[in-house]
Amino acid sequence: MRNIDAVFLKQLKETLRNKTILIQFLMFPVMAFIMENAVKIENMPENFFVKLFAVMFVGMAPLTCMSAIISEEKEKNTLRALMMSNVRPVEYLIGTGFYVWLMCMAGAGAFAVCGGYNGMKFCQFMLIMSTGILLSELVGAIIGVSCKNQMSATSVTVPVMMIFSFLPMLSMFNKSVEKAAEITYTQQLNKLINGLGTTEIKAESIVVIVVNFVVMAVLFAAAFRKKGLE
Amino acid sequence: MENAISINGITKSFGEKKVLDDINLDIKKGEILGLLGPSGAGKTTLIKILTGQLEADSGNSVINGKDSQRLTGRDYSGFGIMMDNCGLYERFSCYENLKVFARIYNISDDKIRAALESTGLADAGKTPVSNLSKGMKSRLRLARVFMTNPKILFLDEPTCGLDPATADEIQKLILREKEKGKTIFLTTHTMTEAEKLCDNVALLNEGKIVEYGSPAEICRRYNHQKRIKIHLTDGTEMEILHDESAAEIISELIKNGSAETIHTTEPDLKTVFMELTGKELSQ
Ligand SMILES: Nc1ncnc2c1ncn2[C@@H]1O[C@H](COP(=O)(O)OP(=O)(O)OP(=O)(O)O)[C@@H](O)[C@H]1O
Ligand SMILES: [Mg+2]
Repeated sequence: MRNIDAVFLKQLKETLRNKTILIQFLMFPVMAFIMENAVKIENMPENFFVKLFAVMFVGMAPLTCMSAIISEEKEKNTLRALMMSNVRPVEYLIGTGFYVWLMCMAGAGAFAVCGGYNGMKFCQFMLIMSTGILLSELVGAIIGVSCKNQMSATSVTVPVMMIFSFLPMLSMFNKSVEKAAEITYTQQLNKLINGLGTTEIKAESIVVIVVNFVVMAVLFAAAFRKKGLE
Repeated sequence: MENAISINGITKSFGEKKVLDDINLDIKKGEILGLLGPSGAGKTTLIKILTGQLEADSGNSVINGKDSQRLTGRDYSGFGIMMDNCGLYERFSCYENLKVFARIYNISDDKIRAALESTGLADAGKTPVSNLSKGMKSRLRLARVFMTNPKILFLDEPTCGLDPATADEIQKLILREKEKGKTIFLTTHTMTEAEKLCDNVALLNEGKIVEYGSPAEICRRYNHQKRIKIHLTDGTEMEILHDESAAEIISELIKNGSAETIHTTEPDLKTVFMELTGKELSQ
């Protein structure tokens, strides 16, 4: 517990000085807030920008943060220093993952406020966001664990992040993209967020999300087996 | 006394290249062993194997009664490992860097300050690591090691890149740790450092230990190397062997007034190393 604590506090302090990561947490909530208030088009669905940016945020922020943090620590050898100080890999991942989750949940909270969600809707929204954030963190961790340094991590992160964060938006314009996007968890989250407030739970969405999770977990286990946190 | 570290027949190759070839060494509790060798001799590789970061092709090493390949986190907390590949958080100050590890080891803030002070970093406590010089960074790595008060220290070139005054400070710190009964395995390529600090030195060259013993003992073994150095009035210098023929040469030089100073030289580790390997150590 002390080790998780140390990793968490270290990350908290470190991020305050790390602009590229800080921007990830702030960009989309701020953009949603501005757009919701500035852009008024007739017949625009309610909370259009909140929903749009919330999904993009889920696909981008946790993923890039996890991969950036892990790969930087690897490149700078600070991860090794932690491992040689009796910090176990699982403690490191929990400490870092919890930190990123917390920051992203704060972002999700900002979206919820912006969208005026409360009561049941708020809880549903936060639960959906939390699920997505955890899944994206897992994807980011896979990349961070398998890449040697920041450069190679970034070159993998960018296309992966594009797929998960932009497909839901692109599928608004193109039917075949929409079909392909069905298999991604972010598109399913997108659908869940759009159906917010309705009580019917779509079995299909849940299944896709669970399958996504299982696939990511297996990939993560494989990457971790192969490389550990070295 | 029992051995803190024992190394038995360690061999390691990278591809075709044999970097370590049948290394055997024992280090007693409370001893400082210096591993001396030129750049590329395999010093860092041996430390990596001893600390379980790398696997040897054959042979084994035992640290505190435990095989290096089976070390767990708890064992690591009893070691202090200082090498270039132990990273620092660049965005953090010296103090904050130590604080991360102080939390892990449950160490009080006083000890952080003491560690900074003893490594001469007290004034730089608030400086971000990205603004530190190379020497200051290695002092910070040392501070991290000293702070956790480990029983066994592995120091990879602890004074590399430091100015003489700071190097001297660091050497004093290392000796102070020894007085506390710590076992220290250090590598260096400076001879004077080995002579000053080490109970025993092992000369590593091309993956083999070519000589082992206390610095004084090794020099005595190579006493046949005793030479006479003569500075000539024209500014040049000559070296002759210390034997019967020397007297004649010297009297000749004195007669024609061309000798300025004459002194005998004892072999030091440097000359021994050169004789053994035909190579010069850097510095
Ligand atoms: N991971 C590796 N893969 C391939 N070769 C390696 C690897 N690590 C070290 N070597 C080689 O092993 C040899 C010994 O390296 P090592 O770093 O142990 O030397 P050293 O004695 O520490 O040198 P220095 O004084 O410069 O630090 C070198 O020739 C180096 O190129
Ligand atoms: Mg080295």
